[in-house]
Amino acid sequence: MLYDITIDGRNYRLDLNRADGRWSCRLDGSDFEVDAILTRPDVLSLRIGNLAYEVKSERVANDLRLWVGSTGFDVEVRDPRSLRGRTRAGDDHGPRKITAPMPGRVVRLLVHTGDEVELGHGVAVVEAMKMQNEIKSPKKGTIQKILASEGAAVNAGDVLAIVE
Amino acid sequence: MFEKILIANRGEIAVRVLRACHEMGIAAVVVYSDVDRAALHVREADEAYPIGAGAASESYLNIGKIIDVAKRSGADAIHPGYGFLSENAKFAQACADAGVKFVGPTAAAMEAMGSKTRARQAMEKAGVPFVPGTSRGVESFEEAEQVAARVGYPVMLKAAAGGGGKGMRLVDAPEQLKSSLEAARSEAERSFGDSEVYVEKAIVNPRHIEMQVLADEHGNTVYLGERECSLQRRHQKVLEEAPSPVVNADMRRRMGEVAVRVAQAANYTNAGTVEFLVDQEKNFYFLEMNTRLQVEHPVTELITGLDLVHLQIRIATGEKLPFRQDGVSIRGNAIECRIYAEDPDNNYFPSPGKITLLQEPSGPGIRIDSGMYEGWTVPIDYDPLLAKLIGYGSDRDQAIARLTRALDECFVGGIKTNISLFRRILRDADFHAAKLDTGFLDRMLKRIKEKPADPRAAEAAAIAAGLFAALGSTEQGARNGAGSGLRAAEKADSNWKSASRREALR
Repeated sequence: MLYDITIDGRNYRLDLNRADGRWSCRLDGSDFEVDAILTRPDVLSLRIGNLAYEVKSERVANDLRLWVGSTGFDVEVRDPRSLRGRTRAGDDHGPRKITAPMPGRVVRLLVHTGDEVELGHGVAVVEAMKMQNEIKSPKKGTIQKILASEGAAVNAGDVLAIVE
Repeated sequence: MFEKILIANRGEIAVRVLRACHEMGIAAVVVYSDVDRAALHVREADEAYPIGAGAASESYLNIGKIIDVAKRSGADAIHPGYGFLSENAKFAQACADAGVKFVGPTAAAMEAMGSKTRARQAMEKAGVPFVPGTSRGVESFEEAEQVAARVGYPVMLKAAAGGGGKGMRLVDAPEQLKSSLEAARSEAERSFGDSEVYVEKAIVNPRHIEMQVLADEHGNTVYLGERECSLQRRHQKVLEEAPSPVVNADMRRRMGEVAVRVAQAANYTNAGTVEFLVDQEKNFYFLEMNTRLQVEHPVTELITGLDLVHLQIRIATGEKLPFRQDGVSIRGNAIECRIYAEDPDNNYFPSPGKITLLQEPSGPGIRIDSGMYEGWTVPIDYDPLLAKLIGYGSDRDQAIARLTRALDECFVGGIKTNISLFRRILRDADFHAAKLDTGFLDRMLKRIKEKPADPRAAEAAAIAAGLFAALGSTEQGARNGAGSGLRAAEKADSNWKSASRREALR
């Protein structure tokens, strides 16, 4: 099994196979002796050589985060043989979704369809627990579509607008 | 003894009080808003009554609805917890009028302490030390100017009805006074409906130390030692410890005696806290009295061996304090971390949502007072306090070590929390050296976050990412998942499939 994996923006190529009850693992050309069990959903007890790690998996909206002990990493996993690979991290081409990072209420929209925005330009204000948070554009571009409306309740990961 | 107590609160404190009720053989009645049906306090209660919409004004702040539940359920007493109605004299009076005992001080004692300026006037008579300044609101800019000149800059402007840093302004120089006074007044008016503002000398980098008191209804008042609450962000406490590293036995006795005088001057009963500002020469000045159980009460419980909620309830039944001042001794050190649903990487913005994975720490010297559970969705409507993690040790270093270890065991997945902030604080050299003041956190947060780039951890993450995918996505992987991992792997399988289905639908 071949995976292209991005950890905090750095790419790794992982080749993982299982034979005779053992994993064989090759990461970026180096071989690792690996032993792993899922102790419960989202929690992996991992041994690399004799070093032991507990790795927790957290998925919020469409973002995957893995925690090695108490250090968190942003993770993307792609199958290089798949035609439908995810867009690469940091890819600035094509439309990007602007999503609500937490559940709350949209109190204000700061842009209109067709507006030109810079990277970091405020797009909407979402309020939760009596605090307001400005949601910013992830890239420079044009607001293609606005899907949120003022006063609406949103969940984490809901698309507020699309910037192209 | 009471047979049934209504808990007029939610979250971890409702659970805390509920536990005390059950320990004492008292039935616990809870109230909940529409968004709290699945909250832990409802799950653990003996009786639970819906009281309306999520907005606090429709539910937890609605005196009429809560008194109505007290009558319908036949509760003997109401415990208000902290926040919400806990310091509302009208509520205490409404309880008294309804013949339900309010577990806390009388409405009159609360009123005496509720306004900072009125409290100050009463306390000045009792010989309590104050930060130099006015004991009543300033009438005019000219008066503020005269007071500021008399006590010397920098000065602090404070709302008489204030709390939580609202209506507060630090003024470094005379030319800033006018605009600051206007800003403080309008903020006080907006926040509390009362624009009264007073002027005090600003104590630069003070410590914030508070004294726990307990008074029965027979005239006995004791102090239970201090809590160091200097670690604050935007005037909100973040981490508290007891005892304070700077308070020795003599200073504790002097502060404690002042705190007892404060309580007695207001005919105070039940649990209360007298807050002091302490300057760099260890002079202490009365700040205010909090007429309720505090969030950080567990650190006092751990070092005194007393249960404050049990004692609150016993006092409210009319019992005498079961010990005298010389029966109170403190032993060891305790530190509390307030775990909030907030994002340290996004300016501590609240982060409600569903808790997908929860690993709570345990082991020697660890206590966790929590209102959360795995699978619960933290509502967007309330204060984001999830739990308090408290470490105890025979000395401060051991308490820090245990708490550091417990924080590493602690994991809350699905939402953001401030746990990483506590890891930083507890590893900070100044914190270890107990160089604490109210500016500590701002200074620490300004320093660049040293992110130990551990290439091995990143490699482990990469390998684990592949393993999660492989164990979840292939029959073979699931079958080969060893031992108890087997069923978990199957579950992860379906999780992974649904995740990949979501991906495919994008």
